[in-house]
Amino acid sequence: MTRINDVFGALQAGGGKALIPYITAGDPHPQQTVGLMHALVAGGADIIELGVPFSDPMADGPTIQLACERALMHNTSLWNCVEMVAEFRRTNTTTPVVLMGYLNPIEARGLDAFAAYAKQAGVDGVLIVDVAIEEAPEIAPRLRAQGLDCIFLVAPTSSGTRIESIAREASGYLYYVSLKGVTGAATLDVDSVAAKLDEIRAHTKIPVAVGFGIRDAASAAAVSRIADGVVVGSALVSQIEKHQNEAQKLPEILTRMLAEMRAAIDSTHA
Amino acid sequence: MRPCGPHARRSDPTCRAINAVLIQSRANPEVIYENLPDARGHFGPYGGRFVAETLMEPLQKLEEAYNALKNDPAFRAELDRDLALYVGRPSPLYPAERLTKKWGGAQIFLKREDLNHTGAHKINNTVGQALLAKHLGKTRIIAETGAGQHGVASATIAARLGLKCVVYMGADDVQRQSPNVYRMKLLGAEVIPVQSGTRTLKDALNEALRDWVTNVDDTFYVIGTVAGPHPYPMLVRDFNAVVGREVINQSQDMLGRQPDALVACVGGGSNAIGLFYPFITNDSVKMYGVEAGGDGIETGRHAAPLSAGHPGVLHGNRTYIMADANGQISATHSISAGLDYPGVGPEHSWLKDIGRVSYVSVTDDEALAAFHELTRVEGIIPALEPAHALAYAKKLAPQMARDQIIVVNLSGRGDKDIFTIAKREGISLT
Ligand SMILES: Cc1ncc(COP(=O)(O)O)c(C=O)c1O
Repeated sequence: MTRINDVFGALQAGGGKALIPYITAGDPHPQQTVGLMHALVAGGADIIELGVPFSDPMADGPTIQLACERALMHNTSLWNCVEMVAEFRRTNTTTPVVLMGYLNPIEARGLDAFAAYAKQAGVDGVLIVDVAIEEAPEIAPRLRAQGLDCIFLVAPTSSGTRIESIAREASGYLYYVSLKGVTGAATLDVDSVAAKLDEIRAHTKIPVAVGFGIRDAASAAAVSRIADGVVVGSALVSQIEKHQNEAQKLPEILTRMLAEMRAAIDSTHA
Repeated sequence: MRPCGPHARRSDPTCRAINAVLIQSRANPEVIYENLPDARGHFGPYGGRFVAETLMEPLQKLEEAYNALKNDPAFRAELDRDLALYVGRPSPLYPAERLTKKWGGAQIFLKREDLNHTGAHKINNTVGQALLAKHLGKTRIIAETGAGQHGVASATIAARLGLKCVVYMGADDVQRQSPNVYRMKLLGAEVIPVQSGTRTLKDALNEALRDWVTNVDDTFYVIGTVAGPHPYPMLVRDFNAVVGREVINQSQDMLGRQPDALVACVGGGSNAIGLFYPFITNDSVKMYGVEAGGDGIETGRHAAPLSAGHPGVLHGNRTYIMADANGQISATHSISAGLDYPGVGPEHSWLKDIGRVSYVSVTDDEALAAFHELTRVEGIIPALEPAHALAYAKKLAPQMARDQIIVVNLSGRGDKDIFTIAKREGISLT
């Protein structure tokens, strides 16, 4: 069993839903990332998605673009991200960490070298935003060979046939993109998400987390009624942006924000 | 049956049977150029479709629509009519006799894409994609632009078809190509300056992709060069290939023979592939793609991924790119906004690897000198982009015999650049 499967297994047994926060590694400063990861766990994170900064994040909205720029000002590299996970693992051996990013920084270091290094550091899964199933045959097996889960996106535009092929390549969980748009957009429609989740579940038993457009406790709770997990990204990252110059306050701010979402989610399933 | 891949031998009868187009490269006799891209949009190891899931289905639909329409006689007739009556094709193949005399050596012919409506080759592609948009029932088109030529071409065709048009342009390019910004606005387009990243063409492309993913239901993304995810590199090439087809016919009519060498500048690579593609199977025609050498390749301040970059993934395709050791895309430098791009169309990467096309570079200064030379010797003001092609032709011509022929793709006219040039040369126009 992988750590990700353990988390979803335990949650499903208890009727709970996964809370999955996203932050960009190196934002606002590489030295703070591990502390922020622990703060997310303290706020109730079940899984952490750690963004690998990229100069050209074409699927991201302004909030995460700026987070990437802040991280790259300090030259946060892919290897730095992996090392942050290794450091996190010194005191946390249970919370799964998924690295989320774009293909080019990974290939620049070599896919196999990355997979081996990431596994050794305690990374559990990888989500490469610009690798869909079309290009996955050359990439996903090499990540799986190291025991990493390959997380794939499913979108409102994905047809039934595509969903089926995606589910065949995926492990850990599926990440359903709740809307047509980039990260940080604000128009999530719970009913249409629910309808698409039914369609996805007709094709696969893999847990489905929903992200894009979840910005507060209320929207997190609403989505948790229909999904197996809730991904929160830009809402957290915009707090980091706002408080980037008072970094000592950030862990507490993130913990509190996440704890509110945690409580709202848990109360809907109590 | 084993797949007929890049390493298949020409002698292999299965390959012959499967592929309509097979050529053997001189530099690398083991390698054969197939009729590419393959079904997954790959040119050898390059190309493909590296975008987030949301765009996959729309790209698939676009590919299906294009494949259905490209051989449809009604669609072809509509396109041909637009190219003739609206764009003004065919463009002349002009013998630059004074330039030939000055440079010595091979005879220089210019393919006058600068005489097209809107002043560049970009309109060939834009007319085609706009027709696709119309057939797909889209009401809004978006485009990215560097020099502004593709933005102007998109705004033009949108005005003609009554489509809403939004053009993304790097904030730095908005500054250095202000005449084109105004032209786009006159044509009714909304020009959005992109402040992110390096504020040039690559960032405009990112922003256009973000718009597309958000408005994919009613919006058609008119990509301006042979980059982006499959099927764009294929369809932009096909729409520009009219240039090379005309050159074949014009050479035959005017000269009774085909040229010995083709020279074109390479930003994303659309004008170059448009000229080259119909010649690829004719192994006796040499081809030169000229990248922007900026301050010089050795300074690192350039925009020449094929000359000095390495394979990577950018903007939805695998191709040669300029990136640092961590895989972050590099800032590029060129006096020409249209060449100032860290990637290049994937087909060019493949043509480089198999040795079919030679990719070279010239510096800003060399391009500027060629700009002035053509202007003064032939009375043609070229854009800074094809000035790069001219600068290389100047080096090539003296190495060739007098009875040989070089065709340079004069991809656009230089009106848009006169402010940049004046500024660089310390001349005030106000
Ligand atoms: C006149 C002209 N030539 C060439 C280019 C470069 O593009 P490509 O390499 O796609 O032909 C541009 C781009 O803006 C252009 O305006």
